Amino acid sequence: MPDSVNTLDIITQFLFYLVVYSIPLLYGTCGEITIEKSGSLNLGVEGTMAIGAIFGYLAGCAADNLFAGVIVAFVTAALTGAVFALFTVTFQANQNVTGLTITTFGVALYYFMGNALGEKWPVFVNSKKLVGSLESINIPGLSKIPVIGKAFFSHNILVYLGILMAVLLWVYFEKTRQGMRVRAIGENPGAADSLGIKVNLNKYLHIMLGSGIMGIGGLYMGFNMSGTFEGSNCWINGYGWIAIALVIFANWNPAKAILGTFVFGFFKTLAVYYGTLAGSFPNALGWLGKIPSHFFAALPFIITLVILIADSVRKNKHSNEPAAIGINYYREDR
Amino acid sequence: MDGSEFAIELKNISKSFGSVAANKNINLTLKKGEILALLGENGSGKTTLMNMLSGIYKPDTGSVFVDGKKVVISSPEDSVKLGIGMVHQHFKLVNVFTAADNILIGKTGEGDKSFFLKKDRYDKVDAIIKNFGFELDSRKLVSNMSVSEKQTLEIVKVLYYGAKTIILDEPTAVLTVQETTKLFDVLRKMKEKGHSIIIITHKLNEVMDISDRVAILRKGEYIDTVNTSETSEKQLTELMVGRKIDLAIDRPKMEKTKPVLEIRGLSVKSDEGNLALEDVSFYLRGGEILGVAGIAGSGQKELCEALAGLRKIEAGRVLHKGEDIAGATPKQILEKGVTMSFVPEDRLGMGLAPSLSITDNVILKKYKEGKGILVDRKTGAKDAAKIIKELEIVTPSADTAVRKLSGGNVQKVLLGREIAIDPNVIVTAYPVRGLDINSSYAVYNILNEQKKKGVGILFVGEDLDVMLALCDKIMVLCHGKLMGVVHAHKTTKEELGLMMTGALNTVHRGGKTAGVAKDSAIVEDEIIYTDTEAAK
Repeated sequence: MPDSVNTLDIITQFLFYLVVYSIPLLYGTCGEITIEKSGSLNLGVEGTMAIGAIFGYLAGCAADNLFAGVIVAFVTAALTGAVFALFTVTFQANQNVTGLTITTFGVALYYFMGNALGEKWPVFVNSKKLVGSLESINIPGLSKIPVIGKAFFSHNILVYLGILMAVLLWVYFEKTRQGMRVRAIGENPGAADSLGIKVNLNKYLHIMLGSGIMGIGGLYMGFNMSGTFEGSNCWINGYGWIAIALVIFANWNPAKAILGTFVFGFFKTLAVYYGTLAGSFPNALGWLGKIPSHFFAALPFIITLVILIADSVRKNKHSNEPAAIGINYYREDR
Repeated sequence: MDGSEFAIELKNISKSFGSVAANKNINLTLKKGEILALLGENGSGKTTLMNMLSGIYKPDTGSVFVDGKKVVISSPEDSVKLGIGMVHQHFKLVNVFTAADNILIGKTGEGDKSFFLKKDRYDKVDAIIKNFGFELDSRKLVSNMSVSEKQTLEIVKVLYYGAKTIILDEPTAVLTVQETTKLFDVLRKMKEKGHSIIIITHKLNEVMDISDRVAILRKGEYIDTVNTSETSEKQLTELMVGRKIDLAIDRPKMEKTKPVLEIRGLSVKSDEGNLALEDVSFYLRGGEILGVAGIAGSGQKELCEALAGLRKIEAGRVLHKGEDIAGATPKQILEKGVTMSFVPEDRLGMGLAPSLSITDNVILKKYKEGKGILVDRKTGAKDAAKIIKELEIVTPSADTAVRKLSGGNVQKVLLGREIAIDPNVIVTAYPVRGLDINSSYAVYNILNEQKKKGVGILFVGEDLDVMLALCDKIMVLCHGKLMGVVHAHKTTKEELGLMMTGALNTVHRGGKTAGVAKDSAIVEDEIIYTDTEAAK
């Protein structure tokens, strides 16, 4: 972060990082929405993101290619999803327990890989092409707008991919026939089954697709941390759990998830940036500097808690929560 | 009409769930263009058999022939492709979708197959609905539909996917008389167009009315198929039950006690906040059955809930043996010996925990009596075994989860549990809803046994014939208001019908005020009568 005296630059930077910190959550949230729309509740977001992150990062650095990293992140996370589907769809295991197991397993695998590699851990900046691929791309015209141009329309490819993915998922679930079939499975698998819709196949596909999307988000979090492995701190750092809460906040709508993740991105950015803000606007925001940093670190989780409580108290009549979520479907069940 | 004479033939079909044989060597034929009634008691394996045609279950042994050709139905998709459509008892609809979308999500069928959903799909589906001769708004959400509308949607759906053979599982269980008549008109029209129909129902008058032939199952076995024109309700009952059965309902004459329950000027609000009961007065003596008649939604549910302490009483008094219990907690009311059992329209969620065993459900009601912190399963199991034996509940064991039992047996468990606590007032709503004849009569007998013990019974019912035969007195509600209390042996179905629709009010007939006991525990000058009703 270069020091700057221009207060407008500070605002631009703040907004820029707001987007940077939001997008990984968007991947996580949209991935979970995809899974929940098909009627499964996967609590393994944290672990799935961790698996996608570590393998995507290692593959990306080894090949020195962003595309390879993204593909490997997607595939390894999707395979993690396949394990979840195997247990819950095929073997009818409890979804909550399976999801928690995936989280424990994924995060542990992350630490295992990092510790096992030790000295051989690839250094981010040495992968020149990979780093080059993550350079900001200016959107012609829009990026020239003062203040917000550089903040919103000059980002790396993964940001644009994330927004595009969210919009496409929205179109898929709301506007296409296949998307409607998947929603039918999430609402009433028996109804879908009676019309010849392949319930189990669709569940597998969407659990894997959603998990894969989460994996890309995990990889992005790794990039945000400059690929530094710390033995005590996972890149995902609890954001998988926030993603699950954001699904409720976004009311199972991938397009609304964009807005929701920006709200959380704001608090995350605040945690990193509050000192700078306090210094740059001593009169208006000087009080920020007096608040202990731990509070800001905890803020996203506090907000999550508040939202979850508010949501359960409110009992939203217009909740889009799929009716059959978390319930395993077995055709012959009576 | 090419190929076989039969639309469907089942040969030696068997199906077991664990150790329970649901179907044993069943042979069944459905002729083309006929309406076949499938008759059998609860748990006789009708639904299981039909679910093998709809691809939900696979038969263990035996073969299925459709249009003379041997087929294997291993999924609902296969079934749809073979032109078989089933309207399940619990509708298979997506609540948050519109009618049109519920129809269009299927894989096969004509019409809109585009990748993206188009706005004009509603007009297309409207045209299809009209083409089949139904009335239904394709834009309406299923969650906003009445039971009858949902059923229409299911039938349209089945027709849309090209079903030649249509199976309806207890379609009339949740319908009013008028809706049933309408449904039967539809079925007759479909029959004229060449569809073959199997209809599952318990109601013998409906069987006689709608079917061409009747196939009878008993305890998972095929008994016989008879032509409807050559049989009678009596014969069908005997075939179904396996022995001669007396269709007359007993009404034992009992010595009446003082009122055990006195309700005076009761007003209760509905969930929506308007008055569901308005100034209703009645009393119930020990050793009598008081029927509550009325069109569905006239305040029956609210009355039951108010009596059980589950709903706030806005105005009026509720006296139990002279003691005011208005405002008491459900537990206090229960301890006084007032029990309530309610069977809702969909017959689910009726006060039992579906995943728990019979034993555990019995314990639920008595858990407070247990000593120590541990559940007393021994006594519970004894109670459960007693209920199972006395009410002849068909179940693999007392440890079977209630949701695995057939509807009739679930309702017996519900009633049996209430009786097990030795009540002095039983409030029961629709206890025979969806039950077959044998189970229904078993329930009537249970109630009569309690009546003989001196218990006062409030019987909220639907079938006027049954109420006229079973109840001593019948009170009629219309839009939450009392229309009168009449002696069952002095009234007629017609009179009750007039009162139910509000056309006749007998509250102040013959100089007496209905619902007020001569030997009331309530001192008269406490009550202020409004004579506006009498003036009419």
